[in-house]
Amino acid sequence: MEAKQTRLSGSLILRPAGRVDMGNAEAFKELLLRVLAEAKTALVLDLAELEYISSAGLRAIMIASRAAKSGGVALGVAAMQPVVAEIFAISRFDLVFPCFASCREALARLAPDALAGFDAL
Amino acid sequence: MKVTFWGTRGSLPAPLSAAAVRAKIVNALVKGAGHGLDSADKAAAFCDAQLSFAEAGTYGGNSSCVQVDTGGGEYLLCDLGSGVREFSLSALARHGPSRPQTYNVLVSHVHWDHIMGFPFFVPAFIPGNRIRLHSCHPQLERAIRNQNSAPCFPVEFSQLAASIEFVPLEPGRPYEIAGARVTGKLQLHGNDSYGYRIEKDGKSVVYTTDSEHKLDQPAEMAAFAEFFRQADLVIFDSMYSLADAASVKEDWGHSSNVVGVELCQMAQARHLVLFHHEPIHDDARIQGIHRETMRLEQITRSGAPLQISAAYDGLIVDV
Repeated sequence: MEAKQTRLSGSLILRPAGRVDMGNAEAFKELLLRVLAEAKTALVLDLAELEYISSAGLRAIMIASRAAKSGGVALGVAAMQPVVAEIFAISRFDLVFPCFASCREALARLAPDALAGFDAL
Repeated sequence: MKVTFWGTRGSLPAPLSAAAVRAKIVNALVKGAGHGLDSADKAAAFCDAQLSFAEAGTYGGNSSCVQVDTGGGEYLLCDLGSGVREFSLSALARHGPSRPQTYNVLVSHVHWDHIMGFPFFVPAFIPGNRIRLHSCHPQLERAIRNQNSAPCFPVEFSQLAASIEFVPLEPGRPYEIAGARVTGKLQLHGNDSYGYRIEKDGKSVVYTTDSEHKLDQPAEMAAFAEFFRQADLVIFDSMYSLADAASVKEDWGHSSNVVGVELCQMAQARHLVLFHHEPIHDDARIQGIHRETMRLEQITRSGAPLQISAAYDGLIVDV
């Protein structure tokens, strides 16, 4: 699974692509925790290129969300494709994680200091 | 095989309140206004065509009890929740009290909602009946005897007139019960529970309730997919949302509709029945979960379609 990272003054955007299922959920969780360790203000998961996420993948985000909370970092989910948005809603994880229509909207709420850098990309 | 659901709620019975019944009537009257419903037949046809299941009926409130008709002369039930009372009245109406029958029961575990109907299981009071309580759970006999004793219940176990046998089963070992092949499997639940796969004439039904699935344990998930392999019907504990089951209700011993779909898709099962409904959910909520689960199956399908049903007291499924 590919995942591009963008660093923005204390915050990060992670853009996983493809599918997260039982086969790669553990690797996805390790990736999230590694990236999270570098974030000081916020970690935004840009899901625009994510086609599918299974229950194990959702759990991986939940583990990262717990770690973020204990580390004082905000974690948000943004730009979900319609199918992924439906999976979040049916599983009720849309009530667990802050979800945003776009990365810009997520940063505006979670890490306003990073907005200027994001707009300059 | 024919599968009849007599009790489908989890944790404890959840009867409809007067207010809930009234709300259904008010809704139906408003929707039916102007449709010329001046006869019972017209009103019934309107209910069938224009009202949803949650509007015109109810998922029911009895706790777990499912009958699997294997086509033989003996009965086969899964669990003894409060729904078993309805079953026993139906069986008595069919046979009358003077024709002895054999009732086999597969008991998943001994939590109260799964055995609470036994004190009201009328065939147990009738001499000549044979009741065989099969379970992989080692504490079944103790729990049933304790339940039928003071101060919990006025009729002592020793006063029951039927012949009652406790038949221990080993997980993973197939047994011939009521003309079907039955295999048990250990499940993750407080004080353990067991699922049962029932096979007859090339058809299979899996009864798997009170079973939590750990999403970070692929081997455990794969083992359950194997247990469900190409099953014609999977009766699945979908009590919680996935988010609840994986977070605030982790280790509470139950699963979700999402994991039910995933496991059935892995197993190439044909029909998933959502079961052990959360007692705080009203009919509209359960219907909503049913619709969402059908949608989830549709958007995640990669092979043959998986039929999705939401169990209700009185549902009959031909397998």
